[in-house]
Amino acid sequence: MSVLKRVSPGWGILPIIIFLGAWEAVTRLNLIPGQILFPPFSVVVREFCNLIATGVLTESFLSSLIRVLIGFCSGSAVGLAIGILMGWKDVLNKAFSPIISLFYPIPALGWLPLLMLWIGINEALPIAMIFICSFFPICYSTASGIKNVDRNFIWAARTLGASDFKILATIVLPLALPTIFTGLRLEAGMSWRVIIAAEMVAIPTGIGALLMRAESLIRVDIIIVCLMVLSLMCLSFERLFIYLEHRLTRQWSSHARH
Amino acid sequence: MPAIELRNIHNYACRGVNLEVSAGELLVLLGPNGAGKTTLLNVIADLSEYEGSVFIDGIPVDRVPTQRRRVGYVFQDLVLFPHLDVVSNIAYGLRAQGWSTGKIGARVEELLRLVQLKHLAHRYPRGLSGGEKQRVALARALAPFPRILLLDEPFSNLDTQTSKYLRFELKQLQRRLKISTLYVTHQLEEAEEVADRVAVVYDGRIEQVGRPEEVFFYPASEKVRAFIGAPNILECTSTRVLGRGLVEVRCGGLPVVVPHDGNSVKRIALFPKDIFVSPMKPPGSEINRFKGVISDIKASQEWVRLTVKVKHHYLVAEMPHHIFQGLGLRMGQDVFLILKPKKVKIYEDTTNPNRLQNEGRPEAFPGPNDTSLQRPVKGRRGPGNRYTLRPLRHIF
Repeated sequence: MSVLKRVSPGWGILPIIIFLGAWEAVTRLNLIPGQILFPPFSVVVREFCNLIATGVLTESFLSSLIRVLIGFCSGSAVGLAIGILMGWKDVLNKAFSPIISLFYPIPALGWLPLLMLWIGINEALPIAMIFICSFFPICYSTASGIKNVDRNFIWAARTLGASDFKILATIVLPLALPTIFTGLRLEAGMSWRVIIAAEMVAIPTGIGALLMRAESLIRVDIIIVCLMVLSLMCLSFERLFIYLEHRLTRQWSSHARH
Repeated sequence: MPAIELRNIHNYACRGVNLEVSAGELLVLLGPNGAGKTTLLNVIADLSEYEGSVFIDGIPVDRVPTQRRRVGYVFQDLVLFPHLDVVSNIAYGLRAQGWSTGKIGARVEELLRLVQLKHLAHRYPRGLSGGEKQRVALARALAPFPRILLLDEPFSNLDTQTSKYLRFELKQLQRRLKISTLYVTHQLEEAEEVADRVAVVYDGRIEQVGRPEEVFFYPASEKVRAFIGAPNILECTSTRVLGRGLVEVRCGGLPVVVPHDGNSVKRIALFPKDIFVSPMKPPGSEINRFKGVISDIKASQEWVRLTVKVKHHYLVAEMPHHIFQGLGLRMGQDVFLILKPKKVKIYEDTTNPNRLQNEGRPEAFPGPNDTSLQRPVKGRRGPGNRYTLRPLRHIF
């Protein structure tokens, strides 16, 4: 058992290596007609290096990253704050819940036409979209996480003399962390999906815009490079929150990985 | 002055409850599920809304919020904070009340020693056994020097052996600390083990309050009698010591031999499930075997209850359906009842001047002059108002 556990990380990489090898072999042997629409993996890697060297990819990536960070951080912060208030105070929950329920189901891209008219096509547009995309789900999951904390924990803290604010800060929030992190993790990945869509449609800079330019030049290799960067970023953001959750809750949470 | 007094408490589960708990007393709230026992604890801790008045140490606390009632509460599920280790759980109330770090450290150290969990100080609740969790919950409740202690079925999730052992520990601790305690349970045996007095709660009302044996042998109502298992209670007219820890008590012509070290048995109780019925005369000695006639048969879903007339007594015995059918019993039939001596419960006349000494429970607890644990001075709050605890090495 311990031997299997030691080699297990290798098993995760192996399918990827096999996939890339098969990709390279299939394209090199011309098993798929239309070589131009399906470049070998080595060509994609070469183009990746080329785009880095010329600074095109770095510039586009940084543009997208900054938008994601600003939009996601601000949306999450406001979502967390309102979610905490809604979860903690029943009267606020009753006041905000109908509004949140009304706007929550609207897909982030559905806001695009309205935001284009309200904000115009500028840097604020993708940031506003990511803000909306992050705010509603994180607000919702935070409020649920707080409301679902067992009432007995609150009662126990109260009998021990803790004030309501102290109970919220030291008992309720820590116990709601697993649910809050689930929301943050999902929305962190979703932010990248939304930014690409916004940049493809409306903004001339960023990874999404690079994708659209590559499509117009029929540069499949650049498109694949962009998709791989996108995939890595979604994965990295999600992993970051899994790591943070693990660090903060591993000692006690049944949800945390061990 | 009672340590806890409830006056005419009304809410969704309580219907005019009046109750007093004396200082240093452990009073058990005994009753079936849904009777309102936990709600009464919640009323005292201000966790449930209510009408009526609650007094703690003679002071009305109806307008005092939970945080300032100074109530130590051990919940049924213990509700240890899962994200805090043992030390932080115990220290939680002290931090919440603004104790200094040094005083918190000393107090936690004291309690860890008291409940013998020093080696688990930095373990999280999920890594503790049921018994260890219970001790942490108790230490956490005791940490801020509560005026009263409320225990809501604290051992209900433990196995029988551990539960019994911890009950013993708790009783010792409660006596040492002399802290007024309300203890909720639905098990009669548990109540008998720990209680100074028992209050039987039924349908939101207090049906009876008294010492455990008083409640058992003199049930005040049919509800109380039914709850404690509807035992056959026989008045004893005389007691004859047979030696070797056996006495023969005569209950209106029935000689019953029971294991006992006294000569003042006033009543005995026999549970219906502990009376065997045989249609034929059982072999062996005649001790605790009585001939009678079946005068009534009542069947419930699980049991068949037989009322058997023995001399002028009517004794109720019960048995499962399959045994009843196997024996082929019917109304008016002659049967023999066999009593298991060890299952007979005894009520002594404690006022009898001829009562033998050293009867009943040995005095293993410290007496009232034991000053190793002192109660806090009433009316003072905070770190200065404290018990001085010594480890209970002889107990743990």
